[in-house]
Amino acid sequence: MTRFKQALPSLAVLTVLIGIWWAAVVATHSLIFPSPLDVVTGTVELVKDGTLWLHIGASLMRVAAGFLLAVIIAIPLGLWMGWVHGAYVTLNPLFQILRPISPIAWIPIAILWFGVGNTSPIFLIFISSVFPMIVQTTVGVHTIEKRYLRAAENFDVSRFKLLTQVVIPAALPQVIVGMRIGLGVAWLVVVAAEMIALRSGLGYLIMDSRNAGNRYDLVVAGMIIIGIIGLALDGVMRMLEGLKLVRWRYAH
Amino acid sequence: MRIEAEVTDGNRAISVPDAAQVQSAPGTKIDVRNIHKRFVSDKGPLDVVDDISFSVRDGEFVAIVGPSGCGKSTLMSIMAGFMRPDRGSVLIDGAERHKPSAKGILISQYGSVFPWLTVRENLMFGLEGRSRSEQEEAVEHYAGIVGLKGFENAYPHELSGGMLKRAEIARALAVRPEVLYMDEPFSALDALMRLHMCNELLRILAKEKHTVMLITHDVEEAIHLADRIMVLSPRPTRIQATFEVPFAHPRKLSSPEAQALRVKILRELGVDSYGD
Repeated sequence: MTRFKQALPSLAVLTVLIGIWWAAVVATHSLIFPSPLDVVTGTVELVKDGTLWLHIGASLMRVAAGFLLAVIIAIPLGLWMGWVHGAYVTLNPLFQILRPISPIAWIPIAILWFGVGNTSPIFLIFISSVFPMIVQTTVGVHTIEKRYLRAAENFDVSRFKLLTQVVIPAALPQVIVGMRIGLGVAWLVVVAAEMIALRSGLGYLIMDSRNAGNRYDLVVAGMIIIGIIGLALDGVMRMLEGLKLVRWRYAH
Repeated sequence: MRIEAEVTDGNRAISVPDAAQVQSAPGTKIDVRNIHKRFVSDKGPLDVVDDISFSVRDGEFVAIVGPSGCGKSTLMSIMAGFMRPDRGSVLIDGAERHKPSAKGILISQYGSVFPWLTVRENLMFGLEGRSRSEQEEAVEHYAGIVGLKGFENAYPHELSGGMLKRAEIARALAVRPEVLYMDEPFSALDALMRLHMCNELLRILAKEKHTVMLITHDVEEAIHLADRIMVLSPRPTRIQATFEVPFAHPRKLSSPEAQALRVKILRELGVDSYGD
């Protein structure tokens, strides 16, 4: 009940915005821009012919592949850069240069390297999410409190134990923050990445709906679905922050 | 007689070419010899420890009190092997200490119980290489000793400040260190809990004898716990005075002798007692 009460203001804003949208479409007699009702019927149409699930599935699959690949590369690399000063000094400038380059700028190169298919969008998603995760993991190691490292040193433990029982768990909260950012960015670029996709994905749906007959009702439907799925993905990542193993960082 | 004394002095001078080569006296656990430490920063050099020498007997409890910022913690860091002195040496059982080791565990005021490990995992942290059953036994034993039985699976953030300290002490004791270095271990606790933890510490030490070095700013705490109290001077610090504490445990701090000692120590610290 309290949660419902908390959601009330944002629901109200949403309702008002939809109202304004609807009124504007009616007032301007727009033939192309859809009303909220058009979007709903468009969505129902997609659900009925089954293509919506196809597109959602394709997008999720690509994001999962690109993101997981990025996790596999970024976390060990970030831990290494955080722990070994030489690795940090050597690699950090490179990543700081690569990081601000928009994934969209990589599209021509992706097409050149991987052609038009599944690999290109996965590569673009990988590129977009790998850098924030590397940076955040490195930060996680760098910000381990000295008292814990001193204690570990005091007990004469092996390097393996130091890594598995001190460095990794101490950095884990930041790693999870990095994963949350990474997945957010990955989902963000899915539309751009699927501009070069073949016949599937929510990004493809949006582009194709516009190109094939100005179906703006489907364009907006696609946008809203991307927004809702993005929210759900962030919710999943936030559940990771609730794990007992990292709760110490977020408690208080 | 006089000549004889001179001769022995002369002999001694000959046999002391290098402090590190001299054997510690029997029964000596820690031998601190002519420690100097200087920090160099942008503002220039800062002498922190100025020629400190003392020794600690096996099983002795020595407290160090001194004005804040005098270099007590630096001295402790050097003794525990976390910092190298510029000159001088620290000998544990006659062997020079160069780096930290599980033979001497440092417990600092900030606390270093790993918050991502349960109490059980924390207690097992230093027990690498021992069999699983030995580790379990140690957890059972030391959780019991510090009164944390039933909290083995709790995470540190689920514990109170006093319980955290117990966990830290238990983790240190579990590796059976030869020396416990305690740097204002209870200063983050409230006064009542501090008193309580002092009694707990004495109870634990009665069961498992250890050599203990304690830094504290609380003179009463030092009198309560220690066999000997060293008062350090302001920076660069040296030993200004040493007091034996001959009272039997459990000590009564309100006794006239204890109060007289307290007044003497406070006077060394430049505080004229206001209590009497």
